[in-house]
Amino acid sequence: MGQSYATIAFDAAKCDGCLKCMSACALAKTGADDIARARIQVMPTNFRFELAMCRQCGDPKCVTVCPAGALAKDGESGVIAWDGDRCVDCLLCTVGCAYAGIAPDAVDGRVAKCDMCDGAPACVSVCPTGALRHVTSARIYNEVGDWEDMFAPGLAGCQGCNTELLMRHTMRRVGPDAVLATPPGCVPGMGSVGYNGLTGTKVPVFHPLLTNTAAMLAGVKRQLKRKGREVTAMAIAGDGGASDVGFQSLSGAAERGEEVLFMVVDNEGYMNTGMQRSSCTPYGAWTSTTPVGRESKGKTQDAKNLPLLMVNHRCAYVATASTAFMEDLYGKLDKAIAASKHGFAYLHVYSPCTTGWRFPTDQNMEVARKAVETNFVMLWEFSPGDGLHFTHPVDAPLPVTEYLKAMGRFRHLDEEQVRHIQAKVEENRAIIEQIATKSNVA
Amino acid sequence: MVHAQYLVVGSSHAALEAVSAIRMHDPEGSLALVTRDSRLPYSPTVLPYVVSGRSAADKVYLRAPDYFSGQRVAYMADRGLTKLYPERNAATMSDGVEIAYDKLLLATGASPAIPPIPGIDLVPYHVLRTLDDALKLKAAVAASRRAVVLGGGLVGMHAAENLVKGGADVTIVEMQPHVLSAYFDGVAAGLIERAFVENGARLLTGRRVVKLSPVATGAMVHLDDGEMVETDLLLTATGVKPDMRYLAGSSVAHDAGILVDDYMRTNVANVWAAGDCAQARDFFGGRLVMNAILPDAAEQGRIAGMAMAGDPGVKAYAGGVPLNTYNFFGRHAIAVGIGAMPAGSEERVRQDEVRRSYLRVVVKDGRLQGIFGVNEFFDGGVMRQLILRRVDLSDALDRLVADPLTTGRQFMSRLWK
Repeated sequence: MGQSYATIAFDAAKCDGCLKCMSACALAKTGADDIARARIQVMPTNFRFELAMCRQCGDPKCVTVCPAGALAKDGESGVIAWDGDRCVDCLLCTVGCAYAGIAPDAVDGRVAKCDMCDGAPACVSVCPTGALRHVTSARIYNEVGDWEDMFAPGLAGCQGCNTELLMRHTMRRVGPDAVLATPPGCVPGMGSVGYNGLTGTKVPVFHPLLTNTAAMLAGVKRQLKRKGREVTAMAIAGDGGASDVGFQSLSGAAERGEEVLFMVVDNEGYMNTGMQRSSCTPYGAWTSTTPVGRESKGKTQDAKNLPLLMVNHRCAYVATASTAFMEDLYGKLDKAIAASKHGFAYLHVYSPCTTGWRFPTDQNMEVARKAVETNFVMLWEFSPGDGLHFTHPVDAPLPVTEYLKAMGRFRHLDEEQVRHIQAKVEENRAIIEQIATKSNVA
Repeated sequence: MVHAQYLVVGSSHAALEAVSAIRMHDPEGSLALVTRDSRLPYSPTVLPYVVSGRSAADKVYLRAPDYFSGQRVAYMADRGLTKLYPERNAATMSDGVEIAYDKLLLATGASPAIPPIPGIDLVPYHVLRTLDDALKLKAAVAASRRAVVLGGGLVGMHAAENLVKGGADVTIVEMQPHVLSAYFDGVAAGLIERAFVENGARLLTGRRVVKLSPVATGAMVHLDDGEMVETDLLLTATGVKPDMRYLAGSSVAHDAGILVDDYMRTNVANVWAAGDCAQARDFFGGRLVMNAILPDAAEQGRIAGMAMAGDPGVKAYAGGVPLNTYNFFGRHAIAVGIGAMPAGSEERVRQDEVRRSYLRVVVKDGRLQGIFGVNEFFDGGVMRQLILRRVDLSDALDRLVADPLTTGRQFMSRLWK
């Protein structure tokens, strides 16, 4: 697996031109805050601000045109390092770079470029608007590559299945000291529990009923604990199994504070058995039991907000997540694993379904991202100590139509229905915001 | 007989880029690199800095000693290519070994072009193309009192500066009306020449040497106006040309260099050429030209390597754009593109006597043809993109001349961020 690297991302739309990044860079690199000497140059262009800075290219032209071997890409950090002893000040690198990423320092005349400040960029730390971000999610991919995949290759998920991606990532992180419960749904359906006497999972796995998943898992966990075995008791359940008939046992286990990590893969319906509606299916969505025709125009009720119900159980940890925001998801997974050692941890992951939601198989991440960017889905976490707070607040959300039009199950919506959904998004946002404000003050 | 799926001849920028491009797509195929140099790869461009002492000779190598074994490349140093048999996919090396190849890259570079001056074979002189040349010249510079440099190109001017700084009386003889005429116009070159003269060099432009004769200390240089200059160090730096003797008897088409198409293919199956030995399409005119500069060599090598390995990502050569940077006595000059003024073109010039800076911009039909600066920094790589993308600068020309750095970056932000 190839190495991935951290990067500095710049969103020009968020930059207000305060130039603090340039002062901080100049100070860190030259000892004085002369912004002309900053390795990051943010320039006012026509009503916008853009950037001249080293991109730490994977295929760096500055390196290929250097006659002195003074520039080289570090395989570990990904940073293109400059060796001042070897450099002959010929400036050929400035001719090689198409991004104005390397230029002579205004004072000493020698070329200077961003070196990512050894992993803690000074520019990012002073940016007041969030226009500069230090994106470190590469770390996850590098580490994940070294962890063991707990599922067999060739699970029979649909092409472009988000659930398969999610369960492989999750169990890689949870590791081999685990017992896994997978109630009826796509997770066992694609072969994780087994077929023809074989299992597709490398840890002990069992297939409870929809109704008793949390109860069975809690019992297994208690027995193993009694025997002195430290394992993560993990459930990967669908939204139907968790929010409908399985809700009683889920609620009970949460109320008792069972030491379990319960992950719900919310694809908003019974997708495994032919795309029937569940209580998590959103208003207006087509399913095979909420058809679209002359009279019926999709589901007529709103979705149940299952993660908020779990907050009301005062679980040790509750969070929502999305595979379009992996860094966020991994942070929450780590907290959920830790919380499951002393109480009930609940993770609710929104998981677009290419087959049931009717969108092309290569669009899964895009649909998941649009859900968050429109606030149709909100990413937050809760613990009794810290209350509820947003982990990826979207202050200027796109209209919900940007999300709805990305898939076929909403294609039939009329304006009235769209207005209803937009209003519901805002209502949900208001409720969660209120809880966030109140719980954080407490 | 040795067999290699990929045979690369040469060990400078074009060859090295080809090797890395081949390995990017084909990590396993057998690859041999043959070079007449006895050392690890280095760049001819760094040699003036070895002469000046700025670069230590053991710190100019472009690859670590274990690079080739790590990439599973058989690095065969100290032997040149002597004969090519493209009809049976084979080549003979100077050590007599014949190598059979599936695909061959000729990246054999160029050698100093020795001017046909009567008597040149009778006098000692230096050239500067290899690391051995550089080390010999370095020793001679230290001992020289009266030096003559033939040729006011980049190699000659760098060497002359080293000689001046070493305390020698230096005379530079250049046939053209001004130095560095391949990159700069008379005004820009004038600023460069002025720095040399102020530092004690003697510049004879528009002059030629008609004869060389041996004397006890070295050579007597006879100029076209009858003047004679005695010298203890004669450097001929009148350009380079590819050594293509190995093509004799083969059907590989060549002119001033080996003729290649936009994928660096020669006219013969399974043979590619790149770098200073190749004659490839010019961006501006479309003719096949020699463009013996480092960035072009690297780009051509990359394209050839990708094409040889069958990498589907290979893109056709955009055409050569002259590019160079030159630093002299602590100042710098940058040239991107061509300075000629074809019909329909216009130029803008900005000059500052006090800062001794100069900027010249040439556009044709609103498209950048060339930009040239002395003591005036702009992002050469950004300017090159403006040329290659044929960006319409009609409305931005004044801004570009006033502030090429910011204006170039604005276009970058809009067009290819």
